[in-house]
Amino acid sequence: MINLEPPKKAATLINQAYQAASQVLRPISRKYDRAEHSYPTELDMFAAVLDGLNSSGSGGAGAAGVRADTEPGKNAANRNGGNLRTVLGTIEMCWGDVALLLSMPRQGLGNAAIASVANDEQRKRFGTRWAAMAITEPDCGSDSAAITTTATLDGDHYLLNGEKIFVTSGERADAVVVWATLDKDKGRAAIKSFVVEKGTPGFSVERLEHKLGIRASDTAVLRFENCRVPAENLLGNPEIGTKAGFAGAMKTFDNTRPLVAAMAVGLARAALEEIERILTEAGVTVDYDRPADQQHAAAAAYLEMEADYEAAYLLTLESAWMADNRKPNSLQASMAKAKAGRSVVDITLRCVELAGAFGYTEESLLEKWARDAKILDIFEGTQQIQQLIVARRVLGKTSSELK
Amino acid sequence: MGLGLAALTRLAGSKTLERTGLRAPVAHLVGAATKNGFRAAGAAGRTFVSARRLGKPARPTKIGEGDLFDLTPTEEQRMVAETVGEFAAEQLRPAASEADSRLTPPAELLARAAELGITLIGIPEELGGAGTDRSVVTAALIAEALAHGDLGLALAVLAPSAVSTALVRWGDAEQQSTYLPAFTGENVPAAALATQEAKPLFDPFRPAARARRTPGGYRLDGVKSMVPRAAQAELFIVSAALEGPDGHRPALFLVESSTPGLTVEPEPAMGLRGAATGKLRLDQVSLSADALIGGGSPDVFAEAVRLSRLGWAALACGTAKAVLDYVIPYVNERKAFGEPISHRQAVAFSVADMAIEQEGMRLVTLRAAARAEQGRPYAREVALARKLAADKGMRIGSAGVQLLGGHGFVKEHPVERWYRDLRAIGVLEGIVLL
Repeated sequence: MINLEPPKKAATLINQAYQAASQVLRPISRKYDRAEHSYPTELDMFAAVLDGLNSSGSGGAGAAGVRADTEPGKNAANRNGGNLRTVLGTIEMCWGDVALLLSMPRQGLGNAAIASVANDEQRKRFGTRWAAMAITEPDCGSDSAAITTTATLDGDHYLLNGEKIFVTSGERADAVVVWATLDKDKGRAAIKSFVVEKGTPGFSVERLEHKLGIRASDTAVLRFENCRVPAENLLGNPEIGTKAGFAGAMKTFDNTRPLVAAMAVGLARAALEEIERILTEAGVTVDYDRPADQQHAAAAAYLEMEADYEAAYLLTLESAWMADNRKPNSLQASMAKAKAGRSVVDITLRCVELAGAFGYTEESLLEKWARDAKILDIFEGTQQIQQLIVARRVLGKTSSELK
Repeated sequence: MGLGLAALTRLAGSKTLERTGLRAPVAHLVGAATKNGFRAAGAAGRTFVSARRLGKPARPTKIGEGDLFDLTPTEEQRMVAETVGEFAAEQLRPAASEADSRLTPPAELLARAAELGITLIGIPEELGGAGTDRSVVTAALIAEALAHGDLGLALAVLAPSAVSTALVRWGDAEQQSTYLPAFTGENVPAAALATQEAKPLFDPFRPAARARRTPGGYRLDGVKSMVPRAAQAELFIVSAALEGPDGHRPALFLVESSTPGLTVEPEPAMGLRGAATGKLRLDQVSLSADALIGGGSPDVFAEAVRLSRLGWAALACGTAKAVLDYVIPYVNERKAFGEPISHRQAVAFSVADMAIEQEGMRLVTLRAAARAEQGRPYAREVALARKLAADKGMRIGSAGVQLLGGHGFVKEHPVERWYRDLRAIGVLEGIVLL
């Protein structure tokens, strides 16, 4: 039966996440935007609550809720599982603050990678650690297959060498999932991911970036110099030769893209609610029945923004729902990420414009949200990468045909 | 009476059309009568008389609230959508170009659509129809599937069901027993929901058409625009501002085409030409007291506007998908500079955008439909679906022509017609009703 409402059984989770967002994250949102690089200590206590939400195994909020469901479903007809719950929780939390959710202990994207591609033993070993994700390098971003960080087998260890940039929570996390190549000449087939624990000799944090937005979240530059990592920390299959390894690593994105889309949806909703409040105070209300062109231009603008928001929201739920039901969702995940990423940028910037000078000053969170929003159209695959993926899928093209 | 869709769902999908003989192409025998600019009295209609009257009006069962997020249609919905989709591909699409230039739908096509039972599915079994639950989602899937064939012909096919659906939803026992039997019989009358007026910034809640109270009932004056199959229609539901103690408020009235003072004239437009659109003039049209629908309730009127906008959103989803489905093989086959043009990001990204926005507007439309059928508030969702259908639907139509270049601009390809048709979304009110 076609029904696009969030499941009733998720109501408690949504409410808990909303309460946390409004009572824990929102009040410290501006503080840590100003105090870039200082650790939001308030989150430690709160992270335990989030662990509780996630420990049920059915997902809560943040990257740790993501999972590759392999166990057969009890209700095979239609599952509303961990991915959908996680997306719903994340929307609420990012309504509170995107950067603070990204800074939340044990909610790193590395955790999502571990959940998606690790074997059972590794999942047990790293499941409780806070793991960041390190893919991008100074000379390679979207083109993940071109990474130059190397991993050389040396006895029962790999030696990692290279530099990684834009690592969210790279300093704070307990471990980092690092993408490296076993053989530069073998292209993407040789790319593997490794869990590198903090304190491993040869692993150092070079510096932290100063950013446009999500300032509460640390973004690190990491260096690996003859960093010895146990061979059993290689996630997935160590064999080169098939594309499966890289495809496996890329599979992480099928699970994390809906999550980033959810972040964008939550942030967009925050901005829409705030501008609606501001417009109402200014005497402008939105009427869903009257034609938009018969209403105040600001109300018409609101309707246009809300329509894009709604499409992004439902595309996000769709991609998570498909993951729950083990339907291949690469196309829908990229659609959701593309739509949510560009919509949140357009919406937050337009909200600043509609709110005028008030929205532009630090008295309002609107200006912060407009800065925070931009990263959501960039990380976990830029707008352009999502368009490439969608285009290749719908046109039936390979990556060598449609570059 | 032909096999209804409900019956069809019990048969094997693709074999159905062959079995019922609905697959053979239709011959376009009807001349272009509506092309000429003459004004005529309404179609000489049948006499609608009250038949077996129920003690109270029959309403379809309401569907309960869903517990889980679910994008999977029911088995019946899947089969209905598939069957109607085949009908659209095999009957509507091939007939669309000629219907567009002749400004009229092929009569045989309409007969077959009636035989397929497209009108029947929204009418409860007690009233001779084939529907049990009132599924707005099923209605949306049907509209979408038909519009994938052709938007103008989809309107021609769906126009009578807008009237029958309004009667099912809001008609009283007398109105239902007088008019609904005709819609479940072999010869389904042409009928139309006429709320649109040719006025800039038109607001359906403030029609210029006026209804005055008379001792016997009401007297209507006004002009309605873009009425599908206006010349053939035997029954109209017309909106007019009804005078009352505290000013005017919009209401719906049943008007038979043979009523004195009612005239129709052709009103060809940019698109939807296969729907034979016309202007409906009401000049001192006298109606009896039982012509008023839903007691003139503002809630009924608001619902009619919303469910009609929902219909347009569903139609836009279908036509936008048709554009996308047409463009994909074209850009893959068309070569420039030694390779398919789809190998260029400028082209490929445009296709990606079409796909993303089409999927987004479809989900928003389905959410609105699902909320409507579950009895949840849905005004917001309909407004958002309509906004996306108008903006993104038009953008998809425009991108379709653009990607075909000069070929998109000529009538050899259907995309120029879809471009014209999709401009109607967001402009037109009424006409369809889910």
